[in-house]
Amino acid sequence: MSLFSNIDWADIAAATLDTLTMLGGSMALTVILGLPLGVILFLTGKGQMLENKAAHTALGLLVNILRSVPFVILLIVMIPLTVLLVGTSLGVAGAIPPLVVGAAPFYARLVETALREVDKGVVEASFALGGTRRQVVLGALLPEAMPGIIAGATVTAIALVSYTAMAGVVGAGGLGDLAIRFGYQRFQTDVMVVTVVLLLILVQVLQMIGDAVVRKVSHR
Amino acid sequence: MIRFEAVSKTYDAGKGSSGHAALREASLEVAQGQVFGVIGASGAGKSTLIRLINGLELPTGGKVIVDGDDVAALDVAGLRALRRRVGMIFQHFNLLSSKTVEQNVAFPLKLAGRSPAEIKARTAELLARVGLSEHAAKYPAQLSGGQKQRVGIARALATAPKILLCDEATSALDPETTEQILALISDLNRELGLTIVLITHEMDVVRRVCDRVAVLEGGRVVEQGPVEEVFLHPASDTARRFVGEVEETAETALPAGVLVRLTFKGEATYKPVLGVVARETGVDYSILGGRIHKLRDAPYGQLTLALTGGDVEAAIARFEAADVRVDRLEGRP
Repeated sequence: MSLFSNIDWADIAAATLDTLTMLGGSMALTVILGLPLGVILFLTGKGQMLENKAAHTALGLLVNILRSVPFVILLIVMIPLTVLLVGTSLGVAGAIPPLVVGAAPFYARLVETALREVDKGVVEASFALGGTRRQVVLGALLPEAMPGIIAGATVTAIALVSYTAMAGVVGAGGLGDLAIRFGYQRFQTDVMVVTVVLLLILVQVLQMIGDAVVRKVSHR
Repeated sequence: MIRFEAVSKTYDAGKGSSGHAALREASLEVAQGQVFGVIGASGAGKSTLIRLINGLELPTGGKVIVDGDDVAALDVAGLRALRRRVGMIFQHFNLLSSKTVEQNVAFPLKLAGRSPAEIKARTAELLARVGLSEHAAKYPAQLSGGQKQRVGIARALATAPKILLCDEATSALDPETTEQILALISDLNRELGLTIVLITHEMDVVRRVCDRVAVLEGGRVVEQGPVEEVFLHPASDTARRFVGEVEETAETALPAGVLVRLTFKGEATYKPVLGVVARETGVDYSILGGRIHKLRDAPYGQLTLALTGGDVEAAIARFEAADVRVDRLEGRP
């Protein structure tokens, strides 16, 4: 009996592809939604350019509510909306909307925190040099916060990897699903080991890429 | 060039509170080409005052007129246009850490929508002016404090402003670097005819570069005038504190005689007036305190004396004849 007797490498490859598709699709949408949301959260905050207590409180509440729902529950609660958005609640496509709704508020908070770290003096100087709000946000605030924004994206991508493991609930497949159905429920330890090692490598690679990009954009 | 007409600024402190008054009916005038110093302790309202000039803060009372414009009455576009005519440098430099030295200097030009060719030429010119041409591709984190402030100055000058605001520009620098930055500011004033407003808590900065000075205390202008006047004959307690004039002679230890303070300026500083007058009038003197220094480029000396014996009035007349200012001090030197 060989060491990996239960392993169907074609299954593993398909599951890996599913995980990467879910991760790529949901990460792109998370950034597209979460980045502006984080910027608005920051700008409407106290003492900021677009200070607006009502908008800030409402957005903050929405973000907190979405962040406090456990992801497994979100997957199920979201089913009607998911069907409306992508036509199905199943498979890789069915997993992406809940993944985005779970991760975008999380990322928005990280973006808000990164923007808050920017030296207020730099923003003031940019206005003093004749910048408009738009120019100051796009030309000074975001570039200055970029290391934090990218570090936040790395953390979010890694959180998404563990979320995808739960997407098996809606039949989305992926490495996490494989680990549960074969590795755990059928006692195929070798499948468990291989999938976990692949997930570990994925997380490690994401972290390394994130760190490298942060180093590249950080000149502090 | 800049006029404050009874300007007040009160910050809202929330419901039920009367708010915090950072500036109370401050009036002052800065003429074109002047280096105007504003000195005060922290919390005296200096930062608010300088930010009212380029509209980073707006007054809650009175008027701020800059280069002919009422700052509070400008619309958004007008305010941006004004800010291009008013450069500003900061205590902590406030450079963009994500941009190179060259990009930092180019930033205000980009904000103003200038063409890439124009930006490139102007940036190179400015970097050469502040002596940083070979550091163009570096990031601010790779520079020393003095170099960072030079980048700040080049950036502030990019849009060829008429006015330069210096917000504690040398407070984070060591004495030697402070000297260099102040020399650069003085040169810019002379060469470009730039009107400069600088705020500081160091009298030494005012003494070296300013023509006029306003002393701020608790949001009020308690004294203002030519630096020479305020420095040598401070009228307010605040100004005296900054000049370092608070003398420690105890009331009980006052010597007998007439107490006078002599102020020598320019040529008179180096003449042996004191000995000559003493011999001629038979007056004896004891020196209670003194200092000799420079204001911008002019030397000055100040001596506090107790005069006894001989003809004190004749001695005072002789000092005055020799261009020495005499102030009679009562009770305390």
